[in-house]
Amino acid sequence: MLPDLPELDVSGGLNFKETELTLGLPGEIGRGTSSFIQITAGSSSAKLTGTKRGFSQAAMDLNLGRSFYVEHDGSCCEQSESENEDLSVAKPPAAKAQIVGWPPVRAFRRNVMTKSCNLVKVSMDGAPYLRKVDLEMYDSYQQLLSALEDMFSCPTIPYTYPTRNYLDEKKLMDPTSGVEYVPTYEDKDGDLMLVGDVPWKMFVESCKRLRLIKGSEAIGQLHAPRTPQPSAASCTST
Amino acid sequence: MNYFPDEVLEHVFDFLTSHRDRNAVSLVCSLWYRVERFSRQRVFIGNCYAISPEKLITRFPGLKSLTLKGKPHFADFNLVPPDWGGYVQPWIEALAKSRIGLEELRLKRMVVSDESLELLSRSFANFKTLVLVSCEGFTTDGLAAIAANCRFLRELDLQENEIDDHSGHWLSCFPDSCTSLTSLNFACLKGEINLASLERLVARSPNLRSLRLNRAVPLETLQKILMRAPLLVDLGTGSYVHDPDSETYNKLKTTILKCKSIRNLSGFLEVAPRCLPAIFPICLNLTSLNLSYAAGIHGSELIKLIRHCAKLQRLWILDCIGDKGLEVVASTCNELQELRVFPSDPFGVGHDAVTEIGLVAISIGCPKLHSLLYFCQQMTNAALITVARNCPNFIRFRLCTLDPTRPDPETMEPLDDGFGAIVQSCKFLRRLSLSGLLTDQVFRYIGMYAEQLEMLSVAFAGNSDKGMLYVLNGCKKLRKLEIRDCPFGNMALLSDVGKYETMRSLWMSSCEVTLWGCKTLAKVMPRLNVEIINEHDQMEICPEDGQRVEKMYLYRTLVGPRKDAPEFVWNL
Repeated sequence: MLPDLPELDVSGGLNFKETELTLGLPGEIGRGTSSFIQITAGSSSAKLTGTKRGFSQAAMDLNLGRSFYVEHDGSCCEQSESENEDLSVAKPPAAKAQIVGWPPVRAFRRNVMTKSCNLVKVSMDGAPYLRKVDLEMYDSYQQLLSALEDMFSCPTIPYTYPTRNYLDEKKLMDPTSGVEYVPTYEDKDGDLMLVGDVPWKMFVESCKRLRLIKGSEAIGQLHAPRTPQPSAASCTST
Repeated sequence: MNYFPDEVLEHVFDFLTSHRDRNAVSLVCSLWYRVERFSRQRVFIGNCYAISPEKLITRFPGLKSLTLKGKPHFADFNLVPPDWGGYVQPWIEALAKSRIGLEELRLKRMVVSDESLELLSRSFANFKTLVLVSCEGFTTDGLAAIAANCRFLRELDLQENEIDDHSGHWLSCFPDSCTSLTSLNFACLKGEINLASLERLVARSPNLRSLRLNRAVPLETLQKILMRAPLLVDLGTGSYVHDPDSETYNKLKTTILKCKSIRNLSGFLEVAPRCLPAIFPICLNLTSLNLSYAAGIHGSELIKLIRHCAKLQRLWILDCIGDKGLEVVASTCNELQELRVFPSDPFGVGHDAVTEIGLVAISIGCPKLHSLLYFCQQMTNAALITVARNCPNFIRFRLCTLDPTRPDPETMEPLDDGFGAIVQSCKFLRRLSLSGLLTDQVFRYIGMYAEQLEMLSVAFAGNSDKGMLYVLNGCKKLRKLEIRDCPFGNMALLSDVGKYETMRSLWMSSCEVTLWGCKTLAKVMPRLNVEIINEHDQMEICPEDGQRVEKMYLYRTLVGPRKDAPEFVWNL
């Protein structure tokens, strides 16, 4: 099943309705002169194509991370009307839709510049001081969680000795107290999100701060994601 | 006309350094053609598919220096899929088989393999210069071959290539007998470097004038290298990080004072701003400064650095300098000729970005400015008109608003009049890139005024075919036209088919041209290669002629459709 798409930032005085995304099978034209999303096998991006009249229907590459959009049979699924309306509600944009090749910066330079340091604070419930990690140093959730594990397993703070809970990789457990710590993060909008839902690269771009919350308190605090997306692991073709 | 013996003609032709002049000379008569071709040593081929290596070798047996360009320019921005082409291998193979004594090879946007580099290194005893810009497909193993086998190597210049880094050991492959290096640039390499080898190499290269290090070279090594090479003219630092209170840093400060010849400075991929004062003494002599990868220098430290650089002619900088910083540039660098302001955060909101204010300040303070690349948050017509008035000498003017269709924020109008002022005022303009909200009108201005224009890059602009027609009809010297996401279709494409034989190439992507239009053009113009890039299965086996073509690249050629085109490239 095709996951929902994040909001688009289509600011700049544009007619939002024109840029509204609709999903349809390849070959189908969406509403009126509007466009359709085509997901193709082997391509890591969704393309918004259709009649070209300037920016509003320009090809946009929703660069949502490589593991995310690979549909093995190359098809995409129809969205229901209500879900489409969800997409069209203007909310503070989280992920900015990126146009392929814009701004026109050479790929080499682009890669070097975006590899800059991305330090975020990490707080753990009950720990007296915070730490910082550079998210650019890691390529996956796995690596990040290992690093957090190492970071907080310092002998001078015996209560921060978490180990991986192998039932659910995305939790850290302190064996002495049996308390589970749920890794969460604050995104660009200030919302508290569960670590692991979105593709790694998208997480790195939107994560402003990490918070390891005691398991028991996590459930109440977490803000349900607006656009629920399956994790990369569970994205299988249906 | 046969007033002079061939040798005299040849001697006269020696004074012609530009390719164009020599090309023109060869067209005068068959005698001149013959003299010219035998005496020609340097050849520039702007599109490697326009001619074959065999034809090149036949015509210019005295060839010593070859420059080749491969992929279309928009490949830089990921608009061309991998495996499109642009392989250098056939060229090197053909040259190796021939008696050509190749000494210099300069490649841009080509695919270079380790095998190619190995063959190159073994085939030309006098090989001296290798310059690779924006190339890919090779590893440090290929570099090792060059280092090991090119006994008289002078220049190895690697600019912004994607190189697979296997190890730093390639540097150790320069034999002890290699003492001829004048220029070594490996700044784009991502991996570790054998520092001891590097130091020894520098120590035995008395003619070294240009050295650009990569991130893996620490400040201590820089200091040792500068001790050995005080005559350097061009320096690219590696990692410029240290404790400013340390012995090493103090040594560096003293060493730099001896480097009175440095005129170009770049690097600072990693930088501790508190270590910058060490370079202040050489800043006054700098004519070229490239801080476009120095994300670690900003704010007041950046401005302090700039204030020392009064003689700058070329400045490449990040937009975190801000408008205020550009005002400092304007007041300090009155000799400035070339300015490039890159986005420090290409996809971000761009709080630090520059605006029209910075550009206007520059135009006031730097009247000699002739080349500009400016990524900005916004631009106004008023500012462009002012800039056009202050700087009528632009040769290259490339403006990129981060939002590609942003109008003038003050008037909400398109930027037509602003760019119109630029083309009207700058009579020598050869290269132009547009952005912002633009209608057909801007193209009308370009067609009317941009008489010397050779290269035009357009994105998300125009309303109708008229836009493209204005340009095709008006710009007599146009050589390269690249268009993306504009509503130009078959009518514009087919209006003057002969025009394309006077140009190097035309790129059109996400426009309105259809398969029928491209096929028609290809049929009428056999000396053009009209290629369609069909990435997604939008076009099935029997596509309809009415279907829009996503990407079209056409170029003039003397050798017909290329044989190395991948599946997704269709030559019509």
